[in-house]
Amino acid sequence: MDEFTIRGKVAVAGVGETTYWKHSQSPHAEFKLALMAILAAAEDAGIDPTEIDGFASYSNDRNDPSRIAAALGCRELAFSNMQWGGGGGGGSAAIANAAAAIACGYARCVVVFRALAQGQFQRFGQAAAGGAAAGHDAFTVPYGVMSPAQKYAMRYQRFAHEHGIERSALRAISMASYHHAQQNPRAVMYGRPLSEEDYDASRWITEPFRLFDCCQENDGAAAILLVAAERARDLPHRPCYLLGAAAGSEYRNGAPVHNAPLYGTSSFTTVAPRAFAMAGIGAADVDVAQSYENFTGGVLMSLVEHGFFAPEEANDFLTLDNLRADGGAGTPPKSDRRPGGRGGKLPLNTSGGNLAECYMHGLELNIEAVRQVRGLSPNQVEGAEISVVGSGPMVTPVSSTVFGAEATL
Amino acid sequence: MSHLPEGMPRPLADELTEPFWAAAREERLVVQRCGDCETWQWGPEWCCHACRSFEMGWAEAPTRGRIYSWERNYHPVHPALRGRDPYVVVLVELPEAGGVRMVGNLLGDPMQEVRIGAEVEAVFEHHDEADPPYTLVQWRYV
Ligand SMILES: [Zn+2]
Repeated sequence: MDEFTIRGKVAVAGVGETTYWKHSQSPHAEFKLALMAILAAAEDAGIDPTEIDGFASYSNDRNDPSRIAAALGCRELAFSNMQWGGGGGGGSAAIANAAAAIACGYARCVVVFRALAQGQFQRFGQAAAGGAAAGHDAFTVPYGVMSPAQKYAMRYQRFAHEHGIERSALRAISMASYHHAQQNPRAVMYGRPLSEEDYDASRWITEPFRLFDCCQENDGAAAILLVAAERARDLPHRPCYLLGAAAGSEYRNGAPVHNAPLYGTSSFTTVAPRAFAMAGIGAADVDVAQSYENFTGGVLMSLVEHGFFAPEEANDFLTLDNLRADGGAGTPPKSDRRPGGRGGKLPLNTSGGNLAECYMHGLELNIEAVRQVRGLSPNQVEGAEISVVGSGPMVTPVSSTVFGAEATL
Repeated sequence: MSHLPEGMPRPLADELTEPFWAAAREERLVVQRCGDCETWQWGPEWCCHACRSFEMGWAEAPTRGRIYSWERNYHPVHPALRGRDPYVVVLVELPEAGGVRMVGNLLGDPMQEVRIGAEVEAVFEHHDEADPPYTLVQWRYV
């Protein structure tokens, strides 16, 4: 059945990022940011940008691949792909789609990209004045359920109620991101550490989420260039292979007006097991994880659904010491890890993530996952070989990627 | 009087959802129900998720339910909410209508304790001055 997995067939050739700014502060047009990130990824790969023949993105990215290919003088356009769905749920799916195109021969050199300059368009967390709500929105918007926080808080609230989750668990997730950002000069929150007191004193946005439970909004662009695995050894960096990827959500997750049968979920209950099965790994094999923080509650459920701990273990597992790359004794050797868990340690969001590095719709999380396999993270997990990303908890579709070093093939 | 400030977006009825909004004007709570297999369904959809029938009808649902989840919103994301009090949104499960869930506001003190599992009843909030008029379905503790 080997032909039905992406495992080991595609490698990351290069990664590229622009400077990350607070929202509305980019001096460059959004389309220019996309070009800059793609060119940076090609340079990182040592690949001539005119060789790029495929583009994949998500969340209705505004920057059209045909225009990009023309702007960059790409010799041919062979693949242009958009993953359906909002938020960051497509961040790993776009990589899956790009990899599938390479594995199936549609294209040879595919770039996954995301560019955001929200000040130049409408911001995510703000509604237009007055107006009307049509279709299914008519059953939520007039009651003041409009922003992403308001749309997803009740999923986590239900989960927290069912499993007795404490606030300290969410705080640890937020603090891990801020902690890691202090070692990352690219991070928007570099030089701005977060204390427990700061977190506890922060204002409510949508209870159960405080300010520091919610992602930033930022300007910038990011890109990841993929090629067939055969080329990986000829490229400048330590090879990083895609071991598994999956996208979607469980049965009727998208049932309208909050009627998903399984409501208290981050939507990964079927997706994460598929990605791991494709990669041939279990949760205990994972050395480092990046989990998309739209809201910390979504991260918590996502970690549960990726199998890192059971819901009833969340309050004990989620401490800053267990989530920091430099925490205590570090990552335990694989022999010490119990099945379905990691001996209580999981370096999480090691670049600072959406909360503290940059909200580049989570593509920066996939870049950080690659950096960990290359050994180049600002918060490097020693000997990291298997690196996982969960993109976009609570939306649908969500997606996961599993990356591995040469030794994992 | 409305629970949220005036100037919030109004609901627009369409071909799929119009029976709900028309019933709410008459203080009746109706939910989609399959004409073939009697499955309750919410929100409205063109076909039944259980049997794929397009014969979706509407049935009156009891106006009592239980709080399934909730949130308390502070940050004003709409201009009409700026400078106003927080408000509570509840997701209400209707056990006698197949367990479907509806979204509304919990009436009363915005800082009141919200208890998952507590029983609530529907309150029809008429916006008679609107053009055209409409009615929201809100909830209060029994
Ligand atoms: Zn039916």
